[in-house]
Amino acid sequence: MSLAESTNKSPSLVQTVWLILQKDLRIEWRQRARINATAFFAILTLLLFSFAAGPQAALLEKQAPGYLWLAIFLASVLALSESMRLENDNEALEGLRLLSTTPVAIFLAKAILNSLMLWSLGLLLLPLSIAFYDAHMELGLHQAALVLFLGTTAISAPGTLYATITSKLQAREVLLPLLLFPVLIPGLLASVKAMTLIYTGDPMQQLPSWLALLFGFNLIYWIVGGLLFGRVIEE
Amino acid sequence: MKLLTGKIIPIIALGLLFAGHYIGLFIAPTERMMGDVYRIIYTHVPAAWICLIAYTLTFFASVYYLFRNKMGADIFAEASAEIGVMFNAILLITGSIWGKPTWGVWWTWDPRLTTAAIMFFAFIGYLALRRFINDPERRATWGSVVAILAFIDLPLVWYSVKWWNSLHQLQSTPQTVDAAMVTPLRISAFAFLFLYIWMVQVRYQIGVKRLEQEQALPNPIAQGEQS
Repeated sequence: MSLAESTNKSPSLVQTVWLILQKDLRIEWRQRARINATAFFAILTLLLFSFAAGPQAALLEKQAPGYLWLAIFLASVLALSESMRLENDNEALEGLRLLSTTPVAIFLAKAILNSLMLWSLGLLLLPLSIAFYDAHMELGLHQAALVLFLGTTAISAPGTLYATITSKLQAREVLLPLLLFPVLIPGLLASVKAMTLIYTGDPMQQLPSWLALLFGFNLIYWIVGGLLFGRVIEE
Repeated sequence: MKLLTGKIIPIIALGLLFAGHYIGLFIAPTERMMGDVYRIIYTHVPAAWICLIAYTLTFFASVYYLFRNKMGADIFAEASAEIGVMFNAILLITGSIWGKPTWGVWWTWDPRLTTAAIMFFAFIGYLALRRFINDPERRATWGSVVAILAFIDLPLVWYSVKWWNSLHQLQSTPQTVDAAMVTPLRISAFAFLFLYIWMVQVRYQIGVKRLEQEQALPNPIAQGEQS
């Protein structure tokens, strides 16, 4: 079902989100160079951290979860700003708004797309960080994937909103991280702590608390983002 | 009314500021453990209170703007945020000066310190964003969204850093501070409050004038950022 066909039957929110998401995934797939460049940037960042920390294997191993998340954070700025820049070319966002889409649907589709991209990036960086820093994972891969998922969705909700705001401005490269990073601090802290527990083991059962914090952060920003997105894209 | 806001409020603010700091520095007793270093609280603690009040009012003014589209609310939100950032800077600097002799470090990753620093950068971001948007209504809308997102983050920052690490001494309240120390603290707090009211009022008038100038410009110049 195309977007044009579906508009005649006024599709549900889920259908609209899925259609926009499909469109964006197709665009991303056709422009694979952009995904590749972001991934290589993140890998390069992982390498740079090891140069900054010096060749001390013990220190690198200890800091591995933090470096992994910083690499994802820095790469997220590139991924987020690029995802919204596409919509500004030829007033594509205007086109989407003219169809029977709601701002909530556009926000959810964009934020889910960014989450998927960053989660995939996280899953790629995880084994690389283990290899580069000679780290070991005490807990299972599914728990690491869950932390990566919650951490990247935490970046995506406020990130999508801020990327939409800054994408039309001249100083977007500076403004996006300046606005986004302070807001993401609780998400970064919880993600790093949770990932550290996955690397070092969790004898005190602290992981659920950090996951709960990440979940709460997500809940707040996905709801608030959905509520405010309409005002952000209005003309 | 103009006399009250233009002359009387600043006079009250400066008078209270002098009285509070004079009593705090020269009359209040010396603290048993920290010695005279503690006297910085007469600037530090009121700065923290007024900074929080300023950001809270920015938040409510931003929410109000999104519901009612009143430009006055947005001008107030910006004015309050700017003054809040100033008090926030005072808070961070005095906290650091106090931290060195007391804790032995200029900076530590304690919940209150970290939250104050994050607050500072979040609202610097808010003010920076506004400088890059020329269309007043768009600036007001986007600014309001950013202010709301920054403000709701503060409790999350506080709780996450609290779980992560904690060192800060218990918050000072009239119950934990000697009566002779409370009076100058209260006077200083009111001094800062009047200072805030005066500054916001002046900044609000500047904001109104700027908006009038912007709206007097022909459209292509006023909406120059959509290039």
